[in-house]
Amino acid sequence: MKALKFLIVGIFFGIVLVKSEAVSWYRIYEMFRFQSFHMYGIIGTAIASGILFLQLSKRGAIKSIKGADIFVPKKENGFIRYIIGGTIFGFGWALIGACPGPMYILLGTGVWSMLIVIAAAVFGTFLYGVLKHKLPH
Amino acid sequence: MEYILNPWPWYVSGPLIALVMALLLYFGKTFGMSSNLRTMCSIAGAGKFSDFFNYNWKDHLWNLTVVLGAVIGGFIAVTYLSNNSGTNLNPATITELQNMGFNNPGQTLVPNEMYGLDILNSPKALLLLVIGGVLVGFGTRYAGGCTSGHAITGLSSLQKPSLIAVIGFFIGGLLMANFILPLIF
Repeated sequence: MKALKFLIVGIFFGIVLVKSEAVSWYRIYEMFRFQSFHMYGIIGTAIASGILFLQLSKRGAIKSIKGADIFVPKKENGFIRYIIGGTIFGFGWALIGACPGPMYILLGTGVWSMLIVIAAAVFGTFLYGVLKHKLPH
Repeated sequence: MEYILNPWPWYVSGPLIALVMALLLYFGKTFGMSSNLRTMCSIAGAGKFSDFFNYNWKDHLWNLTVVLGAVIGGFIAVTYLSNNSGTNLNPATITELQNMGFNNPGQTLVPNEMYGLDILNSPKALLLLVIGGVLVGFGTRYAGGCTSGHAITGLSSLQKPSLIAVIGFFIGGLLMANFILPLIF
């Protein structure tokens, strides 16, 4: 039963991302060409709503299911890893038109070749794990 | 019903994505889809090669459950909640992509030229998917998050590292879409 709520959140996430067209390769291309407001509108309103939720929870208005404070893990400080890692991610995102969430969702829509992308992404993560100590962070 | 079957406007979609983040935080977890790639490495035994994968992956099974749900959600959305209306792209985008050799831009979620099963016979197309996947998998872990972890969760919680990462996402994405994709296609 514990797992069921996560399954339902996942299903909801998948539906929202398909219906919002955020899983569309074309929408990602259009966004990076500044030819449409659509994706900026989605990301912008998502962040605005997220800020509202986290500010309300910070003021104690919203608690977790166990009654604890809502906790968002802090990213460690740094610059190089974020700018370089982010840029590498961006290259891949605009090429295949999918970030890690949409990869799985698109598989569900019947894009079978996404399995190749997912396998490659798992390998990319493996590569990072192996090279981690040699990279500037 | 038509409102559900048609594509959803951005001002509905954005807040609903924030709701996904809010629900996961409410359940005591976080919204970060790329972490699953690391979990899959760990399950596959990558801990033998790097300590980075030496952790109790069973604690992350909840996130793989979200992934399973996302796959099911994708299936439900296209099978029961769509009317095949296609994506209402900017006409300039459509013309531009047609000139690059893409047929029917926006009629499917992903271009057949990149994802159709014919690509199994095309080394170039296969290579593009592999390179793209590796860049995403490598980059997201190097940056410590992806669109869900940095752009949505990180920016919503006003974290500076996430702002730097998102700027990186856009540097890479803008270079790829504006300069590299035209060279590839």
